[in-house]
This record gives sequence, structure tokens and C-alpha cells, in this order.
Amino acid sequence: MINIPVTIKIALRALKANKMRSSLTMLGIVIGVAAVIAMLAIGSAARQRVSEEIASMGSNLLIVFSGATSSSGARMGAGSDPTLSLLDAKAIKKECPSVLDVAPVHSGTAQVIYGNQNWSTVIMGTTSSILKIRDWQLASGRPFTAQDVRHANKACILGKTVAEQLFGSLYPVGKIIRIKKVPFNVIGILKSKGQTMMGQDQDDIIYVPITTGQKRLFGTSIPGMVRFMMVKAVSLDELENAEMQINELLRQRHRIGPNQENDFTIRNLTQMMQTAANLARIMTLLLGAIASISLLVGGIGIMNIMLVSVTERTREIGIRIAVGAKTWDIRLQFIIEAVTLSLIGGFIGILIGETGSIVVSRFANLPVIVSPLFIAIAFGFSAGVGVFFGFYPAYKASLLNPIDALRYE
Amino acid sequence: MHTDTLIETHNLSRIYRLGDNIINALDDISISIKKGEFVSVMGPSGSGKSTFMNVVGCLDKPTAGAYYLEGVNVGRLTRDELSSIRNEKIGFVFQGFNLLSRTTAIENVELPLLYNSINARQKRDRAREALKIVGLDDRRDHHPNQLSVGQQQRVTIARAIVNDASILLADEPTGNLDTKTSAEIMKLFVELNTQSHITIILVTHESDIAAYGRRLVGFLDGKIISDEVVEKT
Repeated sequence: MINIPVTIKIALRALKANKMRSSLTMLGIVIGVAAVIAMLAIGSAARQRVSEEIASMGSNLLIVFSGATSSSGARMGAGSDPTLSLLDAKAIKKECPSVLDVAPVHSGTAQVIYGNQNWSTVIMGTTSSILKIRDWQLASGRPFTAQDVRHANKACILGKTVAEQLFGSLYPVGKIIRIKKVPFNVIGILKSKGQTMMGQDQDDIIYVPITTGQKRLFGTSIPGMVRFMMVKAVSLDELENAEMQINELLRQRHRIGPNQENDFTIRNLTQMMQTAANLARIMTLLLGAIASISLLVGGIGIMNIMLVSVTERTREIGIRIAVGAKTWDIRLQFIIEAVTLSLIGGFIGILIGETGSIVVSRFANLPVIVSPLFIAIAFGFSAGVGVFFGFYPAYKASLLNPIDALRYE
Repeated sequence: MHTDTLIETHNLSRIYRLGDNIINALDDISISIKKGEFVSVMGPSGSGKSTFMNVVGCLDKPTAGAYYLEGVNVGRLTRDELSSIRNEKIGFVFQGFNLLSRTTAIENVELPLLYNSINARQKRDRAREALKIVGLDDRRDHHPNQLSVGQQQRVTIARAIVNDASILLADEPTGNLDTKTSAEIMKLFVELNTQSHITIILVTHESDIAAYGRRLVGFLDGKIISDEVVEKT
């Protein structure tokens, strides 16, 4: 026979009677909920960014770099000593069962000219496999064929940025551009992939057949040398096997003894990204935990104020019990008061948290996530805090002896 | 047990323990009160009359003995069952009024009805009815601090009768009032008793106030020392 609407009315009136106190108590919850919302939103935005990154890089990727040269003790970067060759690439594709495809790359930077426009960009000599490996589609035109590679045709595929810089609004496919003064036929345009996490423009690139690159653009000391190879494993689970198989095969092919160092380096990009994703997840949890602590402190604030309120209103409780309020009537009255405090606080907290995370996302260039789930979580959390921290004061109130309570001054 | 018996106690005791002291606030009380009586309970402070009032009002439980209210053995009931009994059968008028200061007169009168399953409309109607009986219908939206002490006590009385209570328990209802207001309040009690046939048990230490009752019960040291019916002229 508990009358909930009336109980809510009583609770609201009691809160209104102490506006300053009620709003200060609420502030604790506001800060807690805002922090939880902001942390969840920013954390998951960061995670989404990382997984987008993984997707744009191409999945299940390994990169095999040529070894580092050392000239008079100073070691150069990976790939500076071209120990890998096209034959290695063919062998990997043929002999490693965990490898789906291999794209050898020989690259460099060059000035590109079309008409009166020019642009400096990365030129990657590679095979038609590269598009499959990087999960990259063409916006228009056609990819390289095996023939283009075999005959070292002067064909090229442009990244979106390059196409825009050189052609503006013109349609580039079929036009001739000059790379290092060598004329190339534009056969295709790539779809946009956007920036990497480091802010590098992935669309600022030109693909040419690797043979053409080696012969016409970036000469090699030994014919068929490549700087690195991009390798796609059959699946995520096979990634480590692929790494092992490549390592074994290349050591064999390069005749590296048991105690000698590798003259190549294998990088597991997918694994690196996965690690980054995990790190983002852990960071989210950690920040969420810290934010939860402030919510907890807010809850303790509610409990504190409710205890004061119960003591102050001992006489009122006595009157209510004397005229027939039952244990749960009194308990609910105070629990509803606490829940009202925490829910209003939670609502304001959600507004502030959402606004805050939108602002932070803008500045940090992250996708903004305003998830109804987070709002539900935060609302549920603040209601839970109200019930949890309101219960003890309410319990205390309900156990008061009406005779003593009526005499309380 | 007669059907018109409202209250019946058998060897009722209430013992308090204060540290090492044992206080027999009520010592072997046996009394029977019929419906429609106006009983004045007299006695000096510490005589046990307030404890008697608390036990009869179901605010306190006896240590020993039995208390039957309309045939129900109240000593066996739980806390919540006692709340229901107070809500349905008993109206309290306290010395200190005990009104809720933040609520209006009519909301104070409605208070017992909050813990009852009647609808809001009925609540309002019954509360106004009760306020009319005590002559305060025009002050229903005033807060207690906007009312005189006499008016505040009238609101308390309205609250006590709003539930159609069988018993009205008044503990020193005129303790804070001047002589003139006291007389007015007492007149109201007499009216409620004679016209509305409400059973009234009044606790007081003033003999002129007690004289409004038709049965005088004297308490001393937890025992009943006198019990007489006063014939009114």
C-alpha cells in the first residue's frame, strides 16, 4: 500500500527546502557521471579510430624489410641494404603455406609533372598484388596486370591526393604524366584511405610496376632488388605462422648460419595495431575506473547528506510513524530522496559529459560517439548510487522508535 | 468481554532499564474502557500516565500482561501491523502539536491518509471535512507558522480525527496554551465526544482540564490509584 507518487512529492519538497545543500550534493554526482561519460566516450572513440586504422592499413599484414647497411660503423635504416629480391618474393608466395599473397616494393620519392602542375610524392614500384594486400579498391581505371610487370610498362596508378594535385577537376585516366621526366600512362585512380594515426596522408602515393620502378626510376645495384615486401597472411590466426615460415625460408635462401643475424626484418603490423587497440581498451578501463571513483565519492556525499537529513527530521519521522507510516513507507521516502538527488545529478552529468566529450573529440580529431548505451549506463549507475547510498540512512530512519523520535528536539 | 468494550488490559506492565536502574513505568494495570467514554488520566510526572498512553496508542509494547484493542491482542503484533492499527484506529494529539512545518494545514491533516489506500480526491474531501469540524476550513492553505498555537492544536485534532479513529489520545493537549484557548480546545474535545461519539483518553496533570472528562483515572508510581465516574450536571 505504498503510494509512490506521493512519496516522490514528499521527497521533492524536502529537497527543495534545502536548495543549496541539495545542489552541492548533486554536484558530486554531476562530476562523477560527467567523468564516466566523457571517459567512456573518448575511450571508445579512440578505440574506433584504431580499428579504422587497422582496416585502412589492410588486414593480416606483415612487412619484410631488407637489412640495414652499415658504412664505417654507422648503420642505416632498415631497407637501406637491398638484400631482398623479386625471387625472394616469388619463393615466399610459393613456399609459405600461411601466406596468401606477397607484394614486393621498391620505392623512392620523385617529382611528378602533368602540364604546368608538379608535385613531389612517394613512388612505389610493386605488383598488382598490392591492392589485394592493402584491401584497396580503385575509384576508376584498371589495376596492373602481370604483363605490365613483366614488360616493365610505363603505367601508373595514382592516389587520390596526387590525382587532385596534378589534375584538379580533370579526369586523369588515360593521361600521360612525367615521373623523373619519364612519361607514364595513368591507368587507374585509387579510392581515398585518409590519414594514418600519425597524420600521414595515405593517398599521397603513386604505384608503378616494380620492374619499371627498378629500371626507369630508382636504379638498383643488383637487378631485381626490392626494399621491402608486403605480405598478407591467410588469416589473423596464421599471421604468426607466416612470420615463422618467412623467417625460415629467407634464412635458408640467404644462407644465414645459425649464429648469424638476419639480413632482413619482419614487422607484424597487424599485431602492432592490435596491441595499440588493446592499449586503448586498457586506457579506457583505467580512465573509467578513475571516473567511477569520483562517482563513488559523490555517492558518499549523498549518504552523508541523507544521514544529516534523517537526524534533522527525526521528529517528522516520528510523526509519520505515529500516524501509521510503515517501515517501507519511511525507507522509500528517503531512498527516493537519494535517488532523486542522484538522478538529477546524473542527468546534468550526462549533458556535461556528452558536451565535454564532443569538444575533446573535435580537438583530438576523433570520431564523436554519443552512444545511447553510455547514457543508459550512466543513468543506471547514478540511480544505483542513489539506492545504494540512500539505503543505509533510510534504513536507519525506518528503525526509529516513534516515542523517542517525537520527543527529539 | 462486552462488544462495546474498546480497550481492555490485563496486568499490564512496562519495565524500562536505564543502566542499572529498573523502572516500573506501568505496574500491573488492569482497566477496561468502553466505546464513547471520555477518560481523563491524571497524575504527577513520572506516574506512568504517558507510558500508559504510549502502550494504549500502540506506540509501545507492554513488557508483560495483555492489551486488547477491540478484541485484538496488540502485544503480539509486528511493528508494521501496529502502524496499521494506529493509522486506522487511533488519533494522536500531542502537547507539542507535532505538525510538519513545511506543509500546509490541509496537508498535515491528510498525513495519516497518505499511508492508506484511498484516492487523492477522497483524501482531500476527508481532510476538509475534518478541518471544518475543528473550524479551520478557511485556513487550510496556511503553514503551521502562520497559525496561532490554538489553531495549530486544532489542526492536530483534525489530523487525529481524519481517519475516523475509534480513539483519540491526547497527551497534555493544553500544555502550551493559555487559559482561554485551553477552554476552547477542551470544548472541542467535549463536542467530538458527545456529538461524534469519539472515545477520548486525555492525559493531563491539571485537574481543571481533567474535569472535562466523565471518568477520572488517577495514576501514581505506575499504578492506578483511583478510578471514578463523574456525573455531569
